[in-house]
Amino acid sequence: MAFTAPVESYKGKAAEVTIGKGKRAIKLGGENVLAFNQTFDEGQFPNPPKLALEVWDMEPQNWSPWVLGPYKDVAADPVAWAKRCEGLGADLIFLSLISCDPNEKDTPPEQAAALVKRVYDAISLPLIVYTTGDEKKDPAVLAAVAKALSGENLLLGPVTKEDFEPIANAAKEHGHCVVTQAPVDINLQKELNVKVSRILPPERIVLDPLASALGYGIEYCFSVMERTKHVGIQFQDAMMQMPVIANCAGEVWKNKEPKEREELGIAWEEVTAITYLLAGADCVVMRHPEVFKLVKGMIT
Amino acid sequence: MAVKGTDLVKLMPKRQGCKDCGFPTCFAFAMKLATGGAEVSACVYLSEEVRAQIEELLAPPIRPITIGQGAKALAIGDEEVMYRHEKTFFHQPGIGCLISDTEDAKEQERKIKALKEMQFIWIGRTLKADVAVVQSASGDQGKFSALVKKVVEMGDGIPMVLMADTIDLLLAGLEACGKDKRPLLYAITERNIDEAINKLAGLDVPVAVKADGLEKVSVLTEKLKEAGLQDLVLDPGSRKVWEAVRDQIFIRRAALKQGFKPLGYPTITFPCQMTGDPREELAVAAALLTRYAGIICLSDLREDVLFPLTVLRLNIYTDPRVPMAVEAKVYEINQPTDTSPVLITTNFALTYFSVANEIEGTRVPAYLVIQDTEGLSVLTSWSTGKFSGETAALFIKKTGIEGKTKSRKIVIPGLLARIKGELEDEMPGWEVIVGPREASGISSFLPELAGKC
Repeated sequence: MAFTAPVESYKGKAAEVTIGKGKRAIKLGGENVLAFNQTFDEGQFPNPPKLALEVWDMEPQNWSPWVLGPYKDVAADPVAWAKRCEGLGADLIFLSLISCDPNEKDTPPEQAAALVKRVYDAISLPLIVYTTGDEKKDPAVLAAVAKALSGENLLLGPVTKEDFEPIANAAKEHGHCVVTQAPVDINLQKELNVKVSRILPPERIVLDPLASALGYGIEYCFSVMERTKHVGIQFQDAMMQMPVIANCAGEVWKNKEPKEREELGIAWEEVTAITYLLAGADCVVMRHPEVFKLVKGMIT
Repeated sequence: MAVKGTDLVKLMPKRQGCKDCGFPTCFAFAMKLATGGAEVSACVYLSEEVRAQIEELLAPPIRPITIGQGAKALAIGDEEVMYRHEKTFFHQPGIGCLISDTEDAKEQERKIKALKEMQFIWIGRTLKADVAVVQSASGDQGKFSALVKKVVEMGDGIPMVLMADTIDLLLAGLEACGKDKRPLLYAITERNIDEAINKLAGLDVPVAVKADGLEKVSVLTEKLKEAGLQDLVLDPGSRKVWEAVRDQIFIRRAALKQGFKPLGYPTITFPCQMTGDPREELAVAAALLTRYAGIICLSDLREDVLFPLTVLRLNIYTDPRVPMAVEAKVYEINQPTDTSPVLITTNFALTYFSVANEIEGTRVPAYLVIQDTEGLSVLTSWSTGKFSGETAALFIKKTGIEGKTKSRKIVIPGLLARIKGELEDEMPGWEVIVGPREASGISSFLPELAGKC
């Protein structure tokens, strides 16, 4: 019996989503192979996974010192913080509008939008803007951001089954992309994608199936993400072909073990990120610069 | 590629109606054989040749291999799927530590001790490394044998991989170890295969096969199988991370999807030979663990590597068909006292983790009662009757929480506001408070509640 390489090819292809415009445009997705199988000639993977670094719009109060440390001097200034991340080599900036949450500072939408604009103007990277998942407040905030940066093609999220309509419409009107978010459930994710794609084309949608930390449910999220990619690429379901974002850094650092000591925290974030890259994440959100450097080195 | 009963029927002796196998017809027997419900030996009319042929067809596509003996023996291989969501991954990979005969005695002893003692408790389970990879780097037979003996003496029965460049060194190591310990001999190569067949056939110990690439590996395994050496573990030689991952994927695909027997064995991998940086070694090990490695050999056991890696192993090898549950009991968070409030929720691991984490984050001392709902989440356990006012009240009483705190406030999940009345009826004297719908709401809810206490 002679060995023949068990190469597979699939008929489906991930949607290619462009974020940002002009020089700062970056592409996610577009592949017709499963994660990292580009190394064995099964098909095309035109856009290797991208790594985003997370920036908050207010100084974090509960971050572990190990992950706040590298940003401590800029943590109260989102503009300087974003520039720091750009300097570290991030592919994108992931700006979390934590202060807008009614349980935090309840920052008004216009004020938040003005801050997003200041950050955007200070960097030359594409921008992801995330709210905290308050279904009443989020639409107003993201609509204001969409308007303030009209035409700049940001990636806005998360949109859920409760609030997708106003946010997707604002994104459509002002030329942005959105992230659809469903709670670790492949059917709910698809249902939401179908609804959102009545407003925006698949090339303007990214999926966030939620990404728990190592030890805290990673196996569920890993398998849902892996299946999502299979459904899109192997089984050609157009409603599951959008690129996937793994927003896992915050999930990692809120737990006990990463807070214990820096090296364990780094290890925890690193293993979590690698696992989601293998599941097929097209973009991973990270925090610790050392982890970012390491993972970047591994995938490029 | 599971064998079909209809394929087996063709090989049957067709003694219609003999029923000596205990089944009414050859067809019924063949069907049972294919699904594992009968033993091929039940039919006494098969020729030796046909029986061997059927056994081959029925053999698992990835051969199960056991390394070591006794309670700590490591069983790898015998996997059935490419992706855990298709069924489950069955046999956790062994995590090993390289110990070399050129390291000084202190270092060797530190590593053996770490193999024995470094452990982490995680949801009631003990996570540990489980293989000693003993390497002859000096080429000196005496040194190698002495190290093997040391691992046997100090290692407390830990399974071993004996690693050396020549068959004679491996045999010396095997003698020092004892054949009954079933160490894995690493490795048979193109260079030494003939000598290996001469000297190892009939010894009944597992051996690793190393060659440069899958094609060469499969040539070697075919030759070894003909010589009667079948307990094999594969090393395709790749030492760059994505090439190594590719080889793991190809080996499993070849075995499961092509039914290619020469690669139907578990694998051994060496993150320790792929980088000198511990953090990168962890990343490589994590990638190989997620993609099918049978043994993962690390250069050392560091807590900050072994802990996350063993947690990942537990996670990836968790059976996705069984909801993950934590022990039902009272969890004390932030050192509660006799005035701390009580919260209750289900024992679905994710529910427990998020709720416990949020409570911990508030720094408010509290008792978290985790009720056994067979790992179902809040709404599912309610809808199946496992979490109701009645079952909750019964469990709360059983825990004896009433003796631990004078507080008579019990917080129920926001999603189950509907059981408030029922629970109040069952628990006179208690104030039932409806908590937030999402765990994330606890961060503002609990401090407020504590303020009122």
